[in-house]
Amino acid sequence: MSNDHATLSQRFNENEPRVDWHNETLWWVRAKRDRQAWSIPEWEQLREAASAIKRNVLGNLDSYLQEFEAQAISNGAVVHWAADAAEHNDIVTGILKKHNVQRMVKSKSMLTEECHLNPHLEANGIEVIDTDLGERIVQLAKEPPSHIVLPCIHKKKGEIGELFHEHLGTPAGNADPQFLTEAARQHLRKEFLQSRAAITGVNFAVAETGEMVVCTNEGNADMGAHLADVHIACMGIEKIIPQRKHLGVFLRLLARSATGQPITTYSSHFRKPAAGKELHIVIVDNGRTQQLGREDFRNSLKCIRCAACMNTCPVYRRSGGHSYHTAVAGPIGSILAPNLDMKHYADLPFASTLCGSCTNVCPVKIDIHQQLYKWRQVLVKEGYTTASKTAGMKVMSAVLSKPGNYKRAGKMGRWVMRAFPGMVNNRFNPWYKQREMPVAPKQSFSEWYAENKNEDTENKGS
Amino acid sequence: MKVGLFIPCYIDQFYPQVGIATLQLLQKLGCDVEYPQGQTCCGQPMANSGYEHLTHECNSLFTRLFAEYDYIVGPSGSCVLHIKEHLHDPAAETAAAGIRSRIYELTEFLTDVLKVTSLPARFPCKVGLHQSCHGQRGLMLAQASELVAAPFSKPEQLLKMVAGVELVELDQKDECCGFGGTFCVAEEAVSVKMGKDRIADHVRHGATVITGTDVSCLMHLEGVLRRNNEAVKVMHIAEILNQTIP
Repeated sequence: MSNDHATLSQRFNENEPRVDWHNETLWWVRAKRDRQAWSIPEWEQLREAASAIKRNVLGNLDSYLQEFEAQAISNGAVVHWAADAAEHNDIVTGILKKHNVQRMVKSKSMLTEECHLNPHLEANGIEVIDTDLGERIVQLAKEPPSHIVLPCIHKKKGEIGELFHEHLGTPAGNADPQFLTEAARQHLRKEFLQSRAAITGVNFAVAETGEMVVCTNEGNADMGAHLADVHIACMGIEKIIPQRKHLGVFLRLLARSATGQPITTYSSHFRKPAAGKELHIVIVDNGRTQQLGREDFRNSLKCIRCAACMNTCPVYRRSGGHSYHTAVAGPIGSILAPNLDMKHYADLPFASTLCGSCTNVCPVKIDIHQQLYKWRQVLVKEGYTTASKTAGMKVMSAVLSKPGNYKRAGKMGRWVMRAFPGMVNNRFNPWYKQREMPVAPKQSFSEWYAENKNEDTENKGS
Repeated sequence: MKVGLFIPCYIDQFYPQVGIATLQLLQKLGCDVEYPQGQTCCGQPMANSGYEHLTHECNSLFTRLFAEYDYIVGPSGSCVLHIKEHLHDPAAETAAAGIRSRIYELTEFLTDVLKVTSLPARFPCKVGLHQSCHGQRGLMLAQASELVAAPFSKPEQLLKMVAGVELVELDQKDECCGFGGTFCVAEEAVSVKMGKDRIADHVRHGATVITGTDVSCLMHLEGVLRRNNEAVKVMHIAEILNQTIP
């Protein structure tokens, strides 16, 4: 694979000061998250509660979804079911065409990114304006988001100034964040006022009431949905929570985990369409029931898309979101993506040191690093690995399985390293590119022990 | 109490002094220690690469060599965690399960089993402790910074018993060093960058020695340090705890 995570992250690392900046920016978010978490003495119990609620949801998803649908319909919403991305895109396009919409606003929805809705709509002659500021920036740059909560975190303010100069007519060289935000605000306001349809994502769908909660800091979901005649809310089947009271658990966790805020500026509840308007809810599977059926990976569906695992991930911070070449990057993306396409995403579960920090920050306690390990086993078993790697592993296994082989290989290897260092210290050895090899001693520990075991090693050593 | 000494392959081959320090330290603390000959590897390099199915023979060998000991102790959190989580032997599952419950990383064996409260050691140096991830988050040798829970650190507890050791505070006390097994070569660029950043944190705070509970991480950091001609040394924690008072 020429554009796998290792290649893309190597490219990202060609500019080290930029890597430092990216790393420090995201670590700052992680530190903010820590401060907020520590402000709640029962933080770990909250995580446990959230995880348990989601466990219940995943175990009873069918009945909760039916309950949600019935409530939503009785509230006056129209509910659509989409088996996959293509169906989702067709449903959305159909609604928009019916209303003759040619230009419309969309607030942040990672599901629509996952389904590649924007290019689909554009191919159908419908222009989409992303209204989340970060999403609008990457949209103007013709790039996908690099982070699910902070879509343009990879862009510096100077680059954003240039983009705005080119697309929104701001003065060249102006990179003042407040000025640029105001320019975006004026630009988006026009779009909001003109738009007859609005798409939003969904953070939580309450089965008991049929309502949806959408969390934003910019109020852009509200602006879009309230001004438009048609509101289309797109959600994955796993967004369900049983009852309204459970929001008391999830809303306390979400923003603290995501950005280190106590709560998002807006936690908006959408329940029924206003008089004369339409509310459509598109409920999407797109591989989720398949993942539900994979026992080892089922828990990944608990994810509430807070991105805490990305902010804490030492690899993500130093490789950038685009190196994961999927809509949801980072550790969580690396356990979700192979479910959709094992061949294309076979590299992602290996883009980790298995340090386990992701698992510890996860507000719904997904065992992310354990699942990365398990995906590696699955991918190798299913044949999504290179023949050379398999051959190398077989040799390694043969050497390590027999003490005699191991002893001979170790002795020989150390001798070669001492006598012919160039055999090891060369450009074919990725370790040696930026690191020295360890010094090979004449005697291994086991050889030393065989010589010294009959002596009192303690006295000898002291 | 009979202790079986587990010396992981790369320590055996490249860092014999760490094995020797571990053996001497345990003997100094009154343990009856034996190193069963014929050890190779815990199987982790294959398993973490997705080839757990190629580790059966390593597992059987490990089970055969260590089944009889009261405790199995090794100077590597990562290898010990691998055994704890993945050692299975269909032909001797009871023995394998016994090993999984009786295997300890060196520092946790010292604090939790031997309940060491003082050490006859002296090491006058500014020391930075690298909390290796598998030991820390996997074996819980120290509290993880992500969790809202009371702090503790078994390796720190021991280092504080060594006269002269001045432990430096780090900005990121449990950031991964980027070794990650085959990750260190498969994702060379990110791995090295992580190593450089980890070293910079220690250097910024004046450490002259970086220590830790895993030689694999230290080997990676040492490789970066030596390439960049930095004066900072790496030492396994057993080597420091085993330093005698002259």
